[in-house]
Amino acid sequence: MASRASEPPLLAFEQVTREWGEGEARVQGLAGVDLQVHRGEFVAITGASGSGKSTTVSILGCLDLPSSGAYLLSGTPVQTLSPDVLAALRNATFGFVFQSYNLLARTSALDNVGLPLIYAGVGLAERERRSLAALADVGLADRADAHPNQLSGGQQQRVAIARALINGPEVILADEPTGNLDSRTSADIMKLLTSLNVERGITVVMVTHDPKSAAVARRNIEFRDGLIVGDTTRPGVAA
Amino acid sequence: MSLRATVSVAFASLLRNRLRSLLTVLGVVIGVAAVLTMESLGKGATAFISDTISGMGSNMVMVVPGSPSQRMGGGSSNAPLFTAGDLEALRRGTRDVDRLSPVGQKPLRVVVGGLNRNTTVTGAAPSYLEIRQWSVLRGRALTDDDERLGNQVCLIGQTVRQALFPGSDPLGQDLRVRDLSCRVVGELESKGGSAMGMDMDDVVFMPFTTFTRRLSGSDRIGLLVASASSAERIDDAKAQVTAILRARRHVAEGEDDDFAVRDPREIQAVLGQVTGLLTTFLLGVAAISLLVGGIGIMNIMLVSVTERTREIGVRLAVGARSSDILSQFLVEAVVLSGAGGVLGIALGLGAARGLAVVLKVPFVVPVAAVPLAFGVSVLVGVVFGVFPARKASQLNPLAALHFE
Repeated sequence: MASRASEPPLLAFEQVTREWGEGEARVQGLAGVDLQVHRGEFVAITGASGSGKSTTVSILGCLDLPSSGAYLLSGTPVQTLSPDVLAALRNATFGFVFQSYNLLARTSALDNVGLPLIYAGVGLAERERRSLAALADVGLADRADAHPNQLSGGQQQRVAIARALINGPEVILADEPTGNLDSRTSADIMKLLTSLNVERGITVVMVTHDPKSAAVARRNIEFRDGLIVGDTTRPGVAA
Repeated sequence: MSLRATVSVAFASLLRNRLRSLLTVLGVVIGVAAVLTMESLGKGATAFISDTISGMGSNMVMVVPGSPSQRMGGGSSNAPLFTAGDLEALRRGTRDVDRLSPVGQKPLRVVVGGLNRNTTVTGAAPSYLEIRQWSVLRGRALTDDDERLGNQVCLIGQTVRQALFPGSDPLGQDLRVRDLSCRVVGELESKGGSAMGMDMDDVVFMPFTTFTRRLSGSDRIGLLVASASSAERIDDAKAQVTAILRARRHVAEGEDDDFAVRDPREIQAVLGQVTGLLTTFLLGVAAISLLVGGIGIMNIMLVSVTERTREIGVRLAVGARSSDILSQFLVEAVVLSGAGGVLGIALGLGAARGLAVVLKVPFVVPVAAVPLAFGVSVLVGVVFGVFPARKASQLNPLAALHFE
């Protein structure tokens, strides 16, 4: 950590708020959050429903923007970027993994995995080659032609992880990645995320309800009512 | 995102919903098909009619009793028929009329041995065939002597020849019409069908004098055909005929003619008007059906955008720009309507081909209408696809992802 002190954190929130609606109907998602995540960290975010965990991940991944405060990505304020630049960041810098997988129905695993490459302007042959390699990385090379409804939950989540990995992201943002999975499959998914963090140095920020999943991460952040109420880094855990 | 990728993504989504895609474009398919069918049949009918009219004889002029404002061919007026004296006056008094023939026609039963046929018996002067530009295939034509003497001779058309003289040479044989026995002296070349769907080869020709004396019982003339000395002289010839007939029929100055002088160009012009009207009407129908088809596409595209909100969210989350989403949905609409256009063109031409056989008109591919129809279908896709596509492209990524 000391060696990185001079360079700005990869992801940084400065008094970030996020609210929706007006007056009576106003809903506060984040109430002024300060947060720094450095390259190579594995962060688990926990907290009750509506505490602001998912909102944090959405803003981190440029799916949403703060209402006030600043989000600095490698020192660059994200609010100043154009929508097309934000799209490019979602395409190449971030990889998303969702609780409900969010795969395209009636589309093969191979095509689902290759989706980000379409928007990166990669040609068909190269796309298929890389998609197949990414599927192999998550152990699903033999299910390339299967459609989501032909895959188990765990397999679908692996396809989603392969899709998140395909364009070489710096950060994987996972919103309850094991929320729909049984404990054995959850453990497999967690093992996969851990190996990506350890072996490839990919930064992982993961929202979870599951204490077992959270225990895999070295750093645990707890949210309550739109604020961080706990931020602990335990030595001795994988990353 | 490349255009190729956009088009293949659009195709993939459309193929995922085959039945719906087909039903969506049905409006465009039917609209385009209807227009192409009618356009093809209209063109076929026009070609057929032009053909028939030019087959009538290009410099031909027809004179019928009855005022010109009556509908064409309407001989059922009170106006008197023409007389032999009128004919003689026209022969002498017109400078630009080359040939002139009275014509009498009657549908009658013609008998040869044990065979008989109901056909059109036509009495006309020898010049009639020249006016009609009709030639004798075998044997001889009618002569002035035949006409003057009222000889019992006739020419037969190919249909009559086949019906009444199967496998035998008709020349020199006799046929019987009522109590008239008539020697066949020649066979006419085939003329084909006429504009009104009649078989012009279903005919027996005889001298006008023979016809009036033995079959019609009256020497009054219901139809005169003439040929102008040249195509440029048609209007002069018509003016001369009109002047003489007005004088002979005592039509007062300022009064309308009680006869009509027509030439095939007029028929063509009237047909042109009818076709023009039909085309305008057709364009109206086409516009309405394409409008309805376009609204159908817009409706389904809007449903599709709502249904696929999560898909759009996923695409935005993995890096699609809003312009990528816009072009994806726009291309989908255009591919839909374009495919509908192609389907409609194929269906329309197929239907036209079938109907052409049934209606006995030539099958014509409306060369200009095909690319036009395709272009308009594509345009419909663009116009009616823009709104749904814009709606899709303006979705908020996060809201789209969490849309239920």
